[in-house]
Amino acid sequence: MTSTTADQPLSAAASSALSSRSPKTFLTVTLERIRTDAMTVGPLLFIVLIGLLALLANPLGNLLVGVDPNRTNLDAALQPPLLPSMARRLVGLDHGVADSLLEVSGGVTHWLGTDSLGRDQLVRLLHGARISMLIAFCAAGIAFALGTTLGMLAGFLGGKVDDFILWLINTFSSLPTLFVLILLTSIYKPNAILLTLFLGFFGWIGAARFTRGQVLQIKTLDYATAARALGASRLRIMWYHILPNTIPLIIVLIMVEIGTLVLAESVLSFLGFGVQAPQATWGSMLAKSGDFYFLHDPTTGNRVAWHLIFPPGILIFLTVLALYLLGDGLRDAIDPQLRVDRQG
Amino acid sequence: MSKTLLNVRDLETKFFTQDGVVHAVNGISYHVDEGETVAIVGESGSGKSVGVMSLIRLIASPPGKIVNGSVVFDGQELMDLAEEDLRHIRGNRIAMIFQDPMTSLNPVLTIGRQITESLELHMSMNRNQSRERAIELLDLVGIPAAASRLDDYPHQFSGGMRQRVMIAMGLSCNPQLLIADEPTTALDVTIQAQIIDLVDRLRKELGMAIIWITHDLGVVAGMAERVIVMYAGFIIEAATVNDLYAQPHHPYTLGLLRSIPRLDEAHKERLVPIDGLPPDLLDEPSHCPFAPRCEFVIEKCWQENPPLETVADDHLSACWRDISEIRLELDAGLAGGAA
Repeated sequence: MTSTTADQPLSAAASSALSSRSPKTFLTVTLERIRTDAMTVGPLLFIVLIGLLALLANPLGNLLVGVDPNRTNLDAALQPPLLPSMARRLVGLDHGVADSLLEVSGGVTHWLGTDSLGRDQLVRLLHGARISMLIAFCAAGIAFALGTTLGMLAGFLGGKVDDFILWLINTFSSLPTLFVLILLTSIYKPNAILLTLFLGFFGWIGAARFTRGQVLQIKTLDYATAARALGASRLRIMWYHILPNTIPLIIVLIMVEIGTLVLAESVLSFLGFGVQAPQATWGSMLAKSGDFYFLHDPTTGNRVAWHLIFPPGILIFLTVLALYLLGDGLRDAIDPQLRVDRQG
Repeated sequence: MSKTLLNVRDLETKFFTQDGVVHAVNGISYHVDEGETVAIVGESGSGKSVGVMSLIRLIASPPGKIVNGSVVFDGQELMDLAEEDLRHIRGNRIAMIFQDPMTSLNPVLTIGRQITESLELHMSMNRNQSRERAIELLDLVGIPAAASRLDDYPHQFSGGMRQRVMIAMGLSCNPQLLIADEPTTALDVTIQAQIIDLVDRLRKELGMAIIWITHDLGVVAGMAERVIVMYAGFIIEAATVNDLYAQPHHPYTLGLLRSIPRLDEAHKERLVPIDGLPPDLLDEPSHCPFAPRCEFVIEKCWQENPPLETVADDHLSACWRDISEIRLELDAGLAGGAA
């Protein structure tokens, strides 16, 4: 692309050349900054991968295994993963194990084994990812829609509105969230939608407090006054002038909040107050597997359920870690002062 | 004599803060005729900006409050107008440009979107029409390659160019009154001159009235027809520009003029600064606000605040002393200093 200067005369040719020059937007600048940062790109790719796996849970499950996540087969209960024995068979080390596993399962390839009811672990992990991520993302969406709206109103309108919303924030943040969630979920046996609403409804405080602070700061800046001097309405100033200025940091907050919500969903499911059986989520899979962890095979002496506990546990751990790292990296990319520290 | 466009009477704005009541503007009255340029001069904190922001009720409330006064614009009382109706006047018939072009443009919106905003708000233009008009406006204020710069962000412009953008935004709806709040303060001197020329040329072309706020008497001399001098929230002197420079009546104005260098001075005298600091606006003004710093103070100055009175044709001043006495004292003082 040619570098064009501003005082070039405006001919038809020049104008078309100029219009092809794309200004550096916030997005391109941020992308440029994080591109070189492995600790941000790695987590980002991981989250995208998990997202893709979750989205493609159905076709992938059908392709690799070909059974429904809730199909039980008690004959093949607690099967160990097929993957290592198949690998051994391929290099010619062992023939018996893979074949006998396949025989028991009726030819179904349980690559990551089965749980106590003979349900396929891989398919359930994929579908569990879908539910876990969906709940976390939607709950974060609700929390931030609610939080930024209330924070914006509080910060911008001030006065009695601010007092009321601050009171609401303080009241909500003084509630022990987990206990209230346990109470609520034990009264209303939640499905995925209800759980999303609960989590979203208790997650807005951080966003509200943050947005309020930002708005209080931005509304005193000259361009907010300038917008009023132009005759813009309050709603327009809030929506069009102030909100876009808070978005970058809100994106960062959302990342961290999604991580927290993945964890919260897992905790609730682990405690048995989350999404109810037979629907799979990572947390509920982890909770179920705990019962079988100390079970040993009487003939070999091996643990029979290690393949049930580690995959969902590790996935929860990695997903939350990736979201936190991503949030951290984005914050560094967005805030120039922090970026300097990191490079120095 | 041309028609009065804006008539301000007894405008009084206070800020109710934790430390007490700040008396920012204390009952000022003035008028602006159609197509006329009026300059409001004063040092920082003299109430210039608050005074004009109060006109279209841009004061942050709380803590600010317009306690008293009437602002009649083109036959319409602005103080009684509903917020909704006032919005149709702001940006449309009364536009404002701000001091710092670096912070007065929204960093996350393109220049084009910011200029077209008031066009869409007030002229109900569609996107294409308003873009056309925005290009016209940027051309008018002298931004080269206007069409291509519409999609640029504020940080891609220099300070002077941003102030031009601000002016373009101000002019977008052909306002009858343009309020310029120290529009050249944040710019360097050559750019200042360009901006002043630009605004003056646009005023002649478009026939709008201008209230130009500044603390630079040099800027005032070049473009204004009348000058209002403010001190501590009061108007202390108001006159036509030639009158004010030739025959200042208030000791403060006199002090201001003595503190700037003059080309027509016969011998090079030292510049005389005004001693002291502006008064604390938290105190209820009961005496002449300039008394603590005034060289010519008399007993009466401490007892009563002098009213703004006509001292000559088209010339108002608020001082208990007679200017001829002051001039005599001044000459004697200078002679004494030289001896």
